[in-house]
Amino acid sequence: MSQFVDIGALEDIPVQGARLVRTAQGCVAVFRTADDRVFALDDRCPHKGGPLSEGIVHGTSVTCPLHNWVFDMNTGAAQGADEGQVGTYPARVEGGRVLLDASALPRRSAA
Amino acid sequence: MKKKLVIIGAGMASGRMLEHLFDAAPDLYDVTLFNEEPRGNYNRLMLSPVLSGEKTYEEIVTHDADWYEAHGVTCRFGEPVVRIDREAKVVRTNQGSAEYDALVIATGSAPFIIPVVGKELPGVVTYRDLEDTNAMIEAGVAGKDTVVIGGGLLGLEAAAGMAARGANVTVIHLMGHLMERQLDPAAGYLLRKDLESRGIKVHCEGATKAILGHERAEAVLLEDGTVYPADLVCMAVGIRPETRIAVDAKLEVERGITVDDSMRTTDPSIFALGECVEHRQQLFGLVAPLYDQAKVLAKTLQGEAAEFRPVQTATKLKVTGCDLFSAGDFAEGEGREDIVFRDPGRGIYKRLVLEDNRIIGIVMYGDTADGNWFYGLLKDGTDVSEMRDTLIFGPAFQGGGAPDPMAAVAALPPEAEICGCNGVCKGQIVQAVQGGAVTLDAVRAQTKASGSCGTCTGLVEQVMQFTLGDDFAASAPSGMCGCTDHSHEDVRRLIKSMGLKSIPAVMQELGWKTPGGCHSCRPALNFYLLAEWPTEYQDDRQSRFVNERNHANIQKDGTYSVVPRMWGGVTTPAELRAIADAADKYDVPMVKVTGGQRIDLLGVRKEDLPHMWADLNKAGLVSGHAYSKGLRTVKTCVGKDFCRFGTQDSTGLGIRLEKLLWGSWTPHKVKLGISGCPRNCAEATCKDVGVVCVDSGYNISVAGAAGMEVKETEHLASTPSEDEAVEIITAFIQLYRENAKYLDRPYKWVAKVGLDWVKQRVVDDLAGRQALVERFELSQSVYRKDPWAEHSTDRERAKWAPMADLTLEAAE
Repeated sequence: MSQFVDIGALEDIPVQGARLVRTAQGCVAVFRTADDRVFALDDRCPHKGGPLSEGIVHGTSVTCPLHNWVFDMNTGAAQGADEGQVGTYPARVEGGRVLLDASALPRRSAA
Repeated sequence: MKKKLVIIGAGMASGRMLEHLFDAAPDLYDVTLFNEEPRGNYNRLMLSPVLSGEKTYEEIVTHDADWYEAHGVTCRFGEPVVRIDREAKVVRTNQGSAEYDALVIATGSAPFIIPVVGKELPGVVTYRDLEDTNAMIEAGVAGKDTVVIGGGLLGLEAAAGMAARGANVTVIHLMGHLMERQLDPAAGYLLRKDLESRGIKVHCEGATKAILGHERAEAVLLEDGTVYPADLVCMAVGIRPETRIAVDAKLEVERGITVDDSMRTTDPSIFALGECVEHRQQLFGLVAPLYDQAKVLAKTLQGEAAEFRPVQTATKLKVTGCDLFSAGDFAEGEGREDIVFRDPGRGIYKRLVLEDNRIIGIVMYGDTADGNWFYGLLKDGTDVSEMRDTLIFGPAFQGGGAPDPMAAVAALPPEAEICGCNGVCKGQIVQAVQGGAVTLDAVRAQTKASGSCGTCTGLVEQVMQFTLGDDFAASAPSGMCGCTDHSHEDVRRLIKSMGLKSIPAVMQELGWKTPGGCHSCRPALNFYLLAEWPTEYQDDRQSRFVNERNHANIQKDGTYSVVPRMWGGVTTPAELRAIADAADKYDVPMVKVTGGQRIDLLGVRKEDLPHMWADLNKAGLVSGHAYSKGLRTVKTCVGKDFCRFGTQDSTGLGIRLEKLLWGSWTPHKVKLGISGCPRNCAEATCKDVGVVCVDSGYNISVAGAAGMEVKETEHLASTPSEDEAVEIITAFIQLYRENAKYLDRPYKWVAKVGLDWVKQRVVDDLAGRQALVERFELSQSVYRKDPWAEHSTDRERAKWAPMADLTLEAAE
């Protein structure tokens, strides 16, 4: 079942930039595109673990800052010759607030 | 009805043969192509850049699926042929068969495995095809011990590739010096020194006795008792022709499959080419003669007469930074004379072997620019007695002309070979250019020049430049990235002439093909705009690479390094205390002194950055811009205040320049060095701008480099006045900002525009110099400020931390 959580205001995320959301299993990067759409992806490039949140956002793609792998934020798939996949999470904007589906986030194993 | 042509082996030789055949007679044959590897023809010469990570497999594919389909080739890849039935004219595989009217065997070669104990252990690999290359990449060689057996061409490429991926590499070579078939001992020594300087260990005269290990390879034992630990062992001792299928078919086979001058085997319907053949007792491993064979066989298959005549080939090593050239015979002998040139300081060695006033052998190391010219003389058997005195200095010095970089190319005759791999001579390139091929890609597509190993790319460009004259620079550059067909130069010009003042405006007006550009064009556009419109353009932080956006250098684990500015390398006890306090407070794992006379705090968490900056700001420390395409450091020596040799106040001049230039954005980073006397303790002569003080004043030189390339600076101007020195340097940097392509260091830019052009503008033209200085000052009125102070205000600090913490929610 979806469980959308308010994680902050859209204006807290720079246009063509990202902010982090800390979760139990590492950080999720929440991106904002030039046309104010939001995407949530794992903040970890499958190549060498680079923080995708620090990459340059262009269109609906983001380029990893460490070695320039490019990911399609719609699918989380690496583009071009590189092969890799990062996790994506449902996110949307409602009334200027960014909502993230917390039920999809990786959970800490039940203690 | 079309005849049936079956080819066994989809390598470079058979691929080239098909290209010739389809060009001349596209409808003559139905072609079926078998290959043991599950893929088609790729550029095997480029495996070493794939190994080192500079290229991907996709970039080295020669024929893709579309190509085969377009030419109607039936591809049966991954299906090895196991038998040839000559009676029935059929080849058989384990899955099926194929009939032929003509059969071509192009099975290439197999790596030679030395018969030692342990050769079959996991972890022992060869280096021949993509599988081998991938095996080495996947073994994850970084930090591991790797032994390469064999110090020939292939072995050294494997060694360099793995070293580039971070392996600890040892090369074991049986002979007394590396590449003994191509190099003499002197050049072998220089090569060894170069490799050792990259951390590759070389053991010559080493015979492998056994590969040790239980489950997998662990070490290599030599006859002399030396043991090298080895997680991976790469055997690259040589190759032997792959002839098994021909032997089984009872064709004549010596060391290779015997062919006549028309590439026909002892069966009139069966042909062979490539590394698997033997022609007049000779085997072939380099690509140039194989391509000649391909040309001949294509003709033979069309029923035309053609003869294969092997020619001398020259060798180059495809290891970045090792520049060597070798051709002909360079053994010492009676009646042979040597002309030798050595420049030990620069690691240059050139040797020509003469017999009867003709060049018969060439070995060059370190500077191979004239290699093709010598090679032309060797091939043509030119009598060199007339020019013997200056021969070793190359074509530019024949006839006493001034050394001009284009002279060497201009002096080449039309039949001089430019591209050894594809046998393309200067005349063919000139012809293609005159026929309208004005870009490197077009020349490559038409002539194949520089299309294989690529080491002659510079030479091909020089021929183009020589042919096109002034049109070359204007027509050659291609688009700055996949988002646009406009070159960097065009975009810059249009930003100015069309008055474009934002990134969206540039993308709209110049027809960008992507919605938001990409990581390659956006930072370049941001720089061009702020350089052109300093007071109007608003810097776009999101178009900056992470380091410039976050004003710190990202490290591989996502933490950052922080380098405060130390003006001219001078600091105070109070500053050092503040740095020490910050290191303690934020648990900095490493504090390191940099090469630019400052202190680096490594391993800082992103959310701590603004807090640390605020603390450092309180002690008067500001950003050192150690992360920027902008002014980095001004390195100084102590100068005349303390040093008994000092002639001027070099420290004072360094501080003055740094306070003037800091904060400015440039196409690439800019580093300065100021030395107080010609002993040059600040190493000023390998910087972007260097000043060496003398009694009479200041010697300013520019365009040095000490990175991937090392280059001494060139003299720009001398002046008795410190004020004038500062003006000239400021004007030089502004000229660089206004004209250089983004990511060209000053030495690259100066090489393009010429030092004379620069001198004219910043030394000779006083009004022009003044205007440059004024434009620099205007820009600095915006950018000469500390970014750390701006980002460490209370309001900004929060933006550096995560926007939400769902650790608890997710755990519920």
